[in-house]
Amino acid sequence: MYHLIVFLPLLGFLIAGLFGRQIGDRNAELVTTIPLGLCAFLSWIAFFMVGVFGHDDHAQVIDIANWMTSGKLAVAWALRVDTLTVVMLVVVTTVSFLVHVYSIGYMAEDPARPRFFAYLSLFTFAMLMLVTADNLVQMFFGWEGVGLASYLLIGFWYDRPSANAAAIKAFIVNRVGDFGFALGIFLVFTLTGSVTFDAVFGAAPAIAGKTIHVFGADFDALTITCLLLFMGAMGKSAQFLLHTWLPDAMEGPTPVSALIHAATMVTAGVFMVARLSPLFDLAPVALSVVTIVGGTTAFFAATVGLVQNDIKRVIAYSTCSQLGYMFVGLGVGGYSLGIFHLFTHAFFKALLFLGAGSVIHAMHHEQDMRNMGGLRKDIPFTYWMMLIGTLALTGVGIPFTSIGFAGFVSKDAIIEAAYASQRPGAVYAFLCVVIAAGFTSFYSWRLIFMTFFGERRSMSDAHGADDHGHAAADDHAHDDHGHDHTPHESPQVMLVPLAVLALGAVIAGLAFRHVFIGGGFEGFWKGALFLGPDNKILEEMETAPWLVSLLPTLMMLGGFGLAYFMYIVQPAAPRALAAANPILYRFLLNKWYFDEFYDFLFVRPAFWIGNLFWKGGDGFIIDGLGPDGVSARVLDGARNVVKLQSGYIYHYAFAMLIGGAAFVTWFLIGGIR
Amino acid sequence: MNVTALSLPTVLPEFILAGGILALVLLGALRGERSVWMVTEIAVALLGVVLIVLIANHGSKGVTFYGAFTDDAFSRFMKALALIGSLVTLVLSVDFMRKEKIAGFEFPILILLATLGMMMLISASDFIALYLGLELMSLSLYVVAAYHRDDARASEAGLKYFVLGALSSGMLLYGASLIYGFAGTVSFAGVAVAIHGQASLGVIFGLVFLLAGLAFKISAVPFHMWTPDVYEGAPTPVTAFFASAPKMAAMAVLVRVVTTAFPGVEGEWRQVIVFISIASMALGSFAAIGQTNIKRLMAYSSIGHMGFALVGLAAGTTDGVHGVIIYMSIYLLMTLGTFAAILSMQRDGHYVENIADLAGLARTNGPMAFFLGAMMFSLAGIPPLAGFFAKFYVFAAAIEANLFALAVIGVLCSVVGAFYYLRIVKIMYFDEPAKAFDQAGIAARVVLALSTALIIFYAIAPAPLTDAAMAAAKSLF
Repeated sequence: MYHLIVFLPLLGFLIAGLFGRQIGDRNAELVTTIPLGLCAFLSWIAFFMVGVFGHDDHAQVIDIANWMTSGKLAVAWALRVDTLTVVMLVVVTTVSFLVHVYSIGYMAEDPARPRFFAYLSLFTFAMLMLVTADNLVQMFFGWEGVGLASYLLIGFWYDRPSANAAAIKAFIVNRVGDFGFALGIFLVFTLTGSVTFDAVFGAAPAIAGKTIHVFGADFDALTITCLLLFMGAMGKSAQFLLHTWLPDAMEGPTPVSALIHAATMVTAGVFMVARLSPLFDLAPVALSVVTIVGGTTAFFAATVGLVQNDIKRVIAYSTCSQLGYMFVGLGVGGYSLGIFHLFTHAFFKALLFLGAGSVIHAMHHEQDMRNMGGLRKDIPFTYWMMLIGTLALTGVGIPFTSIGFAGFVSKDAIIEAAYASQRPGAVYAFLCVVIAAGFTSFYSWRLIFMTFFGERRSMSDAHGADDHGHAAADDHAHDDHGHDHTPHESPQVMLVPLAVLALGAVIAGLAFRHVFIGGGFEGFWKGALFLGPDNKILEEMETAPWLVSLLPTLMMLGGFGLAYFMYIVQPAAPRALAAANPILYRFLLNKWYFDEFYDFLFVRPAFWIGNLFWKGGDGFIIDGLGPDGVSARVLDGARNVVKLQSGYIYHYAFAMLIGGAAFVTWFLIGGIR
Repeated sequence: MNVTALSLPTVLPEFILAGGILALVLLGALRGERSVWMVTEIAVALLGVVLIVLIANHGSKGVTFYGAFTDDAFSRFMKALALIGSLVTLVLSVDFMRKEKIAGFEFPILILLATLGMMMLISASDFIALYLGLELMSLSLYVVAAYHRDDARASEAGLKYFVLGALSSGMLLYGASLIYGFAGTVSFAGVAVAIHGQASLGVIFGLVFLLAGLAFKISAVPFHMWTPDVYEGAPTPVTAFFASAPKMAAMAVLVRVVTTAFPGVEGEWRQVIVFISIASMALGSFAAIGQTNIKRLMAYSSIGHMGFALVGLAAGTTDGVHGVIIYMSIYLLMTLGTFAAILSMQRDGHYVENIADLAGLARTNGPMAFFLGAMMFSLAGIPPLAGFFAKFYVFAAAIEANLFALAVIGVLCSVVGAFYYLRIVKIMYFDEPAKAFDQAGIAARVVLALSTALIIFYAIAPAPLTDAAMAAAKSLF
């Protein structure tokens, strides 16, 4: 069964990728989508078998093949199946299947559909390899595989320079994180002599407190290891400092954003930290870093999301922010909190993205919210779906109970845990996530109000003084199919996935709270997530004061009220506010100037050094003194030698005699000496 | 040593060849021009018979004519090479002579006379015999160089060759006289004894002039100046002959003189050999770039290859001589194959000899392009073709003898030289095709295919050649 789940997408990818032209667009869609449907079905069976009804306390390991053996290093291809795996299987295959279905409608007019579906299936396969990995190296394989698929899909419309630039940016920023991840794997192997999870986790308590000597100082080995591994997670999950690629990745088709850049791939970092919880739990300093980075990301991304005008970018920053929440959950020791939020977030964020895709589809590939408005009446189904997604994201629910939308249950749990935690940095993270909750509410409702309420704004009036050029210029030419420009509801094939996801967004929190983070914790996870003996965060969070429990809801209401005031009651207010605080507005609009800063700090010097080595080093020195120079000198030499060959017999005789005389002279001088 | 006036088995091949030549001269004189093809056929057969007799004669070392003539494994091996060179070029010449309408019964007889001179030269073991053999060979060569009398270029080539050859003979004679004057003997063995321990400057001077004379024959720098002009001007089969058989004889006698007559002054002659070796390799590599005539290119190529062969001689060891012998064998093979290809370059009944004429040969005549391409790769010394092993043996010997600088320079020169060989391959395979060549004669095609096969498959079974060459090399020490 697990073989089928993992390898069916690979099969779909191979068929659609290699024979896409032969079998035609429709068959390429079917040959990838139907196996994924089967995968998703099997995954839910596995979820109930292993997670809900299972009693086996040990992870099931299914060996497939030996990969490599070199000295002590032995790496196998194997599937590790435990509760954490099946949770991820469910998330990945379900969202992937829905996105496949949705793409059939969304990409209907694209000429390269077989390639698109092949990439989607390739991504799914790589992601499944990642979550089923039984060792760090196989995990790294999946990790790089999803990175590759992400690169291919961001740059899917390769005739757009901006898409190519975004793809390259995503790939390179991820390399920075992967560098740390790879070093972390090396260090794990050095310390424990193995890369297999069971062996590493078994050896972990023994190496706690050991030190390693680097850069002339001693550091706690496990802390360094975990920080390096976390660096990989930061890259993949777009955490603060390595987040810059995620908003640009929105250049890819919207289903891709939903699948890869919201629900699955970007959560790989969260999954990795949870998978390695036996290591992280022994490295409290590293967990503090995780907490602080997560809190910072949650706050930072939310602030930027406040002012963005591109509908996809708002959701992208929201994703970034929510990933920060997950890391806060992990950082305070509540690994299941992070995974739970990952689980619920996958539903409502995929819903929001696919809904945004539906809006974009309806608006003929218009992404700038300033050009939208009043769409509620034109696309009512999409409106309701987006509304559900927003309610879930902002965390609407009844305080002091577990009754509420998915985001309410999982996010508020993280906020309470951050308050309850004694970990250094937790207070800071708590403040960050509480404020971010208000911001989240504001930008989410702002999106709803700008898109669906008010009057329809003309296409041209928003192109004024703003320097935000990406969205409006997005003219992937689909406008030639004879529609007039009234928005139209999307086809059924796109709306059904929305409905399924909406169902998840409503009930996922309520239905699974008990087993994920509540009393059913032990029976559900069965040791898949490690908790140290004094890690009581799940109990402590229940005892948070009533004000703390109420706080997220208050923040949510505040955000909603503000958004309502600014975009419904007083539509002129935002412009006035921006004009009153130009520096702050620009700072936020330009994403804290991170792109400009990195451009100055890394990109330009890299180009400069590259040019130096290319033109100066390779072109001038190596080519000039090497191949080019030598060949030029050879030609000069040839020319001069040929000149000697004058054709005159007395020249020839002269050369012979001179030669003879020279030898004689040589021996004469040698003889004297 | 068993010194006798005459020992017939020792000189049997030479006797048969000399007798045959006299009979052929008679035949030609009696029957006139009608006898051309008959004489040619008999001459080829005669060379074949001599070759068989030579190979069949497995006798031990024999010395005759009072020590002037030595028959040993080395001489037999080098004579076999010279005979093969003569035989193949004679076969290749038939078509050419007929098409250019310059056929005459004198031509095969002159080739035979030159071959007889070479055989005497190879076996020479005193300076008188050396000079006689050399002049018999050279005088025949002067004539065949100008054999196309009505062609100004051929006449010029013959005249240049003659004048410069006379100068070199003079230098050689001057050197031989000096050696005789200081050593008191003309025998190689005697000279070796006389200068053992201490060599006067006079002997060294004599050695220098002697080497100059011999270097002229193998066209080593700086005594090479005649080569390009003569190669270009002479009729193509004659060029093929110049590039093959006489080189074998001259290299053989050079090796024999320095190893048997001058082992005591190895340090001195090595300096000369090293210098002309480096100069030849460098000039051969550089000057061939930019040539447009393929015969002229082959002239520089042969200069360069003589330089490489001398690397082995510079080592002065058994291994070094072994390397020289192998180098000369493979060089002979490559030269004959290449000239067979050049003799296949006919268009509309006329021979062409520009490199540009080869353009796009791969598309108009794939097999020929492949064979010639293999030749070029082998000449450039690219493994696994035979040309690589030829270079490998001489460089290995040089390194064994601690001549590191020489080996390094040799390798660098071969890199430069690879350029112009590979350029021909490039022209054949990547340039726009020129007009197709006419169908080549059967002899040229067989020679080209056979030599290519030997070059490609040499690496599979090198033992017959290397063993025989080792036996030949050991007979000198």
